[in-house]
Amino acid sequence: MATIHVDGQSYTVNGAHNLLQACLSLGLDIPYFCWHPAMGSVGACRQCAVRQYKDQEDDQGMLVMSCMTPAADQTRIDIHDEEAKAFRASVVEWLMINHPHDCPVCEEGGHCHLQDMTVMTGHDRRRYRFRKRTRRNQYLGPFIAHEMNRCITCYRCVRFYNDYAGGIDLGAFGTKDNVYFGRYQEGILESPFAGNLTEVCPTGVFTDQSHSDRYTRKWDLQFAPGICHQCSMGCNISPGERYGELRRIENRYHGEVNGYFLCDRGRFGYGYVNRSDRPRLPEWRESPDSESVSFDVDDALARVSDALHHARRVIGIGSPRASLESNHQLQMLVGKENFSTGIEAREQACLELMNDLQRNAGLPTPSPREIEDHDAVLVLGENPVQSAGRLGLNLRQAVLFRREALGQAIGVPAWNAEALKTLAQDRCHPLFIAWPAPTDLDDVAEFRHALGPDGIAQLGFAVAHAIDPAAPAVGDLPPGIAEAAERIATALMAAERPLVVSGGSLWSEAVLEAAGNIARALSRRAKRGGLILIRREANSTGLALMGGQPLDWALDELAQGSANALVVLENDLYQRLPSQRVDAALARAEIRIVLDHQRTATTARANFLLPAASFAESDGTLVNLEGRAQRFFQVYDPTYLRPETRIHESWRWLHALTVNLRGEKTSDINLDTVVRACAEAHPALAGMVDAAPGSNYRIDGLRLAREPHRYSGRTSMRANQNVSEPRVPQDPDSAFAYSMEGYSGHREPRQQVPFAWAPGWNSPQAWNKFTDEVGGHLRGGDPGVRLIHPEPGQGCYRQPPQNSEGTDVLRALILPRLFGGEETSALATPIQQRTDAPSVVLNPDDARRLAVATGDIVNIGEGPAVPVLEQQDWPAGWAGLPAGLIAGLLPGKSITLHKAAGGEP
Amino acid sequence: MATTPQTTGLIGSDGFHLHPADEAAMLEEMAHYEQPQAACIEALKIVQRRHGWVPDEAIVAIARVLGIGPAAVEGVATFYSLIFRQPVGRHVVLVCDSSSCFLTGFDELKRALVSQLGIDYGQTTDDDRFTLLPVCCLGACDGAPALMIDADTYGPVSAGDLPDLLEGYP
Amino acid sequence: MRQAIPGQRDSRRYRSRLLQPEAERHADTHPLTWRLRDDGEAVWLDDYLRKDGYQSVRKALDDGDPQAVIASMKAANVRGRGGGGFSTGLKWSLTLQGGEMPRGYLVCNADEMEPGTFKDRLLMEQQPHLLIEGMILGAYANNSCYGYIFLRGEYVESARVLNLALDEAREAGWLGADINGSGFDFDIAVHTGAGRYICGEETALINSLEGKRANPRAKPPFPGQSGAWGKPSVVNNVETLCNVPAVILNGADWYQTLSGGRTDDGGTKLYGISGPVENPGLWELPMGTTGAEILERAGGMCGNRQLKAWLPGGASTGFLLPEHLQLPLDFDTVGKEGSRLGTGLLTVVPDHQSMVALMRNLEEFFARESCGWCTPCRDGLPWVVKLLQALEWGEGEEGDIELLDKLAADCGPGLTFCAHAPGAAMPLQTALKHFRHEFEQGVRKPGSKAHQDPIPVGEV
Ligand SMILES: Cc1cc2nc3c(=O)[nH]c(=O)nc-3n(C[C@H](O)[C@H](O)[C@H](O)COP(=O)(O)O)c2cc1C
Ligand code: SF4
Ligand code: FES
Repeated sequence: MATIHVDGQSYTVNGAHNLLQACLSLGLDIPYFCWHPAMGSVGACRQCAVRQYKDQEDDQGMLVMSCMTPAADQTRIDIHDEEAKAFRASVVEWLMINHPHDCPVCEEGGHCHLQDMTVMTGHDRRRYRFRKRTRRNQYLGPFIAHEMNRCITCYRCVRFYNDYAGGIDLGAFGTKDNVYFGRYQEGILESPFAGNLTEVCPTGVFTDQSHSDRYTRKWDLQFAPGICHQCSMGCNISPGERYGELRRIENRYHGEVNGYFLCDRGRFGYGYVNRSDRPRLPEWRESPDSESVSFDVDDALARVSDALHHARRVIGIGSPRASLESNHQLQMLVGKENFSTGIEAREQACLELMNDLQRNAGLPTPSPREIEDHDAVLVLGENPVQSAGRLGLNLRQAVLFRREALGQAIGVPAWNAEALKTLAQDRCHPLFIAWPAPTDLDDVAEFRHALGPDGIAQLGFAVAHAIDPAAPAVGDLPPGIAEAAERIATALMAAERPLVVSGGSLWSEAVLEAAGNIARALSRRAKRGGLILIRREANSTGLALMGGQPLDWALDELAQGSANALVVLENDLYQRLPSQRVDAALARAEIRIVLDHQRTATTARANFLLPAASFAESDGTLVNLEGRAQRFFQVYDPTYLRPETRIHESWRWLHALTVNLRGEKTSDINLDTVVRACAEAHPALAGMVDAAPGSNYRIDGLRLAREPHRYSGRTSMRANQNVSEPRVPQDPDSAFAYSMEGYSGHREPRQQVPFAWAPGWNSPQAWNKFTDEVGGHLRGGDPGVRLIHPEPGQGCYRQPPQNSEGTDVLRALILPRLFGGEETSALATPIQQRTDAPSVVLNPDDARRLAVATGDIVNIGEGPAVPVLEQQDWPAGWAGLPAGLIAGLLPGKSITLHKAAGGEP
Repeated sequence: MATTPQTTGLIGSDGFHLHPADEAAMLEEMAHYEQPQAACIEALKIVQRRHGWVPDEAIVAIARVLGIGPAAVEGVATFYSLIFRQPVGRHVVLVCDSSSCFLTGFDELKRALVSQLGIDYGQTTDDDRFTLLPVCCLGACDGAPALMIDADTYGPVSAGDLPDLLEGYP
Repeated sequence: MRQAIPGQRDSRRYRSRLLQPEAERHADTHPLTWRLRDDGEAVWLDDYLRKDGYQSVRKALDDGDPQAVIASMKAANVRGRGGGGFSTGLKWSLTLQGGEMPRGYLVCNADEMEPGTFKDRLLMEQQPHLLIEGMILGAYANNSCYGYIFLRGEYVESARVLNLALDEAREAGWLGADINGSGFDFDIAVHTGAGRYICGEETALINSLEGKRANPRAKPPFPGQSGAWGKPSVVNNVETLCNVPAVILNGADWYQTLSGGRTDDGGTKLYGISGPVENPGLWELPMGTTGAEILERAGGMCGNRQLKAWLPGGASTGFLLPEHLQLPLDFDTVGKEGSRLGTGLLTVVPDHQSMVALMRNLEEFFARESCGWCTPCRDGLPWVVKLLQALEWGEGEEGDIELLDKLAADCGPGLTFCAHAPGAAMPLQTALKHFRHEFEQGVRKPGSKAHQDPIPVGEV
């Protein structure tokens, strides 16, 4: 803590900050461009000048860049000094010299940091009377549009893309007033975090291409606090809607989970919400190939309840991509004993094991932000960027933070970004990866051990044993693995805070047990460390907490005829188990009721299809990979602009069915009620009530506004249907109003912020107004509540299993992939465009045995034709296939390869 | 990132190959420094010595040899004035336009060059013989006005000297 | 490839030369140049050894006390000849050494691109071993493990000579492992650049050495804390390093007397002059020699020209007037007159020269050579150029000169990321101060026709 004096006032600030960050944290405005809370200072733009005085006697002082000056104790500055103000005005004037002033047609307009800063400095007259310089733009792929004329050369893009996210294809080119930021050659931006450029860039150089297709100004969008549904990270998002369509997704600041950044799957994968083929009305179909008939709600409820009423026994299949509330309501409908999680048995076992390990492996689960405080990392059987997107960025920072440690030794502050980079060069905290294929973190890893699942488990058990001899040893360890285990163990023990990362990607309980043993060993050796376990889907953790039978059980019950009716909640069973098996089960189910917001192979088999709300049209709770329950809220009411649609939250449908079935009079239900009921029914979920404030939450007696106060056109929005404006929808479920009326300020601390805006701060940098200190936590507390807590003294070491690899059978190893590897986002056009062409990876020996070579096209079983890719260190006996390529193909299943027709026999 | 960059360049895309001797020279250069990136500028100069300029494919090739990203190489290649990212003539004429030369007849010399070669800065004669570029003070101010043709520095040079001087560079 | 060079062209070839005959140069008065040959050929190792070569290295290594080298340099008050004038001994004393610190680098700044400067070239082309010897001493004092001579790419001859000399020195055991049996290891490589004035800024130079874009680095941390590859590094100018051997061999007191009481700064300086003078050239003269004496040595202005103004040490220094010719040219005196000694190589401006046109030329240089990192320099200087161009063409507008004042002030020290933009500001400020009327003449008179089209950007 330090005391600083600003414009004659004394303040207490964090002395480890620079003056810019300290002043912004106090709520004082200083304009800036090149500085970014997550990326530190470089002193390039010179916009943040203030006058600094040596001491109380000094009445001269000198201009300094506040971003490059430590907030040391007794620092004296004036922000409002005339000369400082004049200099800052000059800087903006220079930046605007070549700027096209195209705000009216620029997609950044209205949430533009450059606009904000230009207004803040008072620059309103153009004096430069010469010609502007212009440049050409590049095609950068389906996500990002490029308009270089708007560039103000703040260098933030390359600093984020290269220094922070590890990209290598975007750069700064040229010199003088002709610095160009782009790809070294036109083409798709390779980084899976490229989308953050749209927020990192202070103006409209990098904009959201998916938004561009259906553009709306920020002030005309309607928002609600969202949680990304595209993986288990639970990043907080601000989805924006106009005319009943989701138009873009922006990062919603969360101090512990996602900070300022998202991955591209989360940002650009929302397109499925807008698909025109979505079910919008209840449908009934005699058989899969007959025409469907649509109904209205009451009719549908009556018919479906009638069908259920006559059913012998109803099985409910839940979903790890649906909310806790919807899953709970399904349980209510079918009864606990008839409820399945909708997750395949082996995956479910892994999920339950992960929840167990989180409780009793002896190491706490760090939040994604806390991951960055660890100084040695072992990734056991995961490729985090592909399986948990954003988490990969946290891990990269953990490794790079060696810079800060080195800087500390010679007195370079943590915010002095370029200096730390220079100092550290390529010195990183140790990162070890055990994964069969190249990963996105290899460039900062000490080494990657290419092993199959069993080998990875062996390595893990050996590491645990090397850390704590009391942990069981692994017999017959190959020398390479033994040596690697020693090295890893030594590095983990040498660290202050070692981190173990593992997860369910390989569907291997052995790998998870191994990770658990390492965690236990570290905790027994009194290490302050962490264990983080990656799950596959947005609510995998929640479903494992809720409990239920695995999907296999449900299908067996149906196939055996012990039940004849089925309700499927937002789940495509064909993605999870082989089609023969699903077909067999569905064939025996006389009544097949499916709720979903997408058309899938499963909805195609439904005789009743109820149109479910996507995350954008519903509220609910998800539990992320930390075990954090987080609430997402309905962004818009789909019936407001399309009164003909009958989309409802799954939990609402299911509740209505339950009530109907019981013959009760339809009683109203709202989110609060479901949340409470769910929490009461499942002790493990009891804490979820506190994930967010209830519907009666008010600030200054007001609901919270979903729309910025400049929202325009509401009265004419429905003019094509009816010139008189209806009353805006009333929201019984949350404290948010479908209106610009309501609280949208930053002064009152709050957790739930639909969109960040503060007077003078329209850009995403407005988040700085909502935090306790810039880059810290939301003043109202970071949203969500942890449901899984460590239980001291519970765990014991597990025994390593036998290595069963290296047999003659070829088994499938499913490689998670960010683009195309997740069911719903894979339906979004930009994600489809960004999905790499698939291949099947083989060890060269296996390839020889199978008489195939790199480039040969092969069929996998009956599946699609893909080229072979031989990879030197790929584990023998495994065929690597990208997730999402072959629906229902289970990891570890033996497969056959045939050269595709046209190739040799 | 794990993905290997692919080249889609238009200029010189037909048949650029990194000469084995050039690759060897780059590897040797790398050994002089703590980090391979330090050989980047020299690597660009090695390519330029052979090809006269640095085609797009060379950027990717150098990145591969040095084990750094292609954008880093391109960033360097476009920073320095003596790295040419467009084809140049067989000979490059660098005219010093800094203060001492400016004070002693640069204007006249430049005009003479432009009229005799028929090209301005950044252009190449039709016969691909000369490319004309400005250069920072050549450190030959006591011989101003000065110019450089390829590796040779001349000064003082008057407009009248030019025909004879240029003749030496066929 | 090229044919043998016929007569006429050959005589036009530029050769670096000193305009002082051997007879005038002595070991005890001309530490930098006394060994130079009148024929301008390089002084190779044999010749160099015969003339006390490597004696100071021998002495320092025999003494075995690197701190003593620093102490001598401090006492001699050798000030940086790269233009900054910072005490070399003091800089060396701040280099992190010992403890956990790895051995770092000694980097010789041989980027010489300051307009009007042509001194380092002479030392490198004609007396490479003096530089090598200075570098060994510097490395010894700073515990550097390796040295780089960062040489601008255009100095082809310097590169050739230096590389031959380095081979000679290595062969003779003055470089490499265990130099002269002292246990001290050090070697040097020549690193040639690829153009850009900003590479001469010491931290940009380090980035360039590392194979990066030559953007300067923030200070602190200074190179002595975290320089090349994050190791403690020292950057010194060629001439600075060439002063070291004589200081170590003859002592700080002797060095102090060289300036003969003209100034508090000791030693000699390679002074020079260029522009329209009869005999532009270089001389080694006592520190504090006056401009008048240098102009006189050069035979005065060309033809019947009168001196209008002069730059004391390169394009980034402020204009002085004829009345300043009597001042001793040392760092502090010139500094007091609103200029800087810079590199100590004078550029003279004749009476008929338009200051507006000259300023336009200078600012074009600075705008073109901006690294593009910070805003005032990157976007402010091109505006300056366009305003000057407008004034030069008589198309200036009311307020342009005040705008130039403000732009120059905004590019001043501390406001920009490095000293490049302040270097552009200083000549502009002094020109506006001394020759404001010339700029005013460029402003369109009321009533004259306003120009229709915006002024073309041109190649700035
Ligand atoms: C834009 C700029 C260009 C410079 N160019 C050179 C140069 O070409 N040669 C040089 O020795 N110093 C140059 N300097 C000064 C160096 O930054 C540095 O101060 C010098 O190399 C230190 O050496 P010295 O203390 O021996 O003078 C330049 C400085 C700036 C700001
Ligand atoms: S460089 Fe600093 S000086 Fe500039 S904004 Fe960026 S933050 Fe500030
Ligand atoms: S290059 Fe340093 S001020 Fe711009």
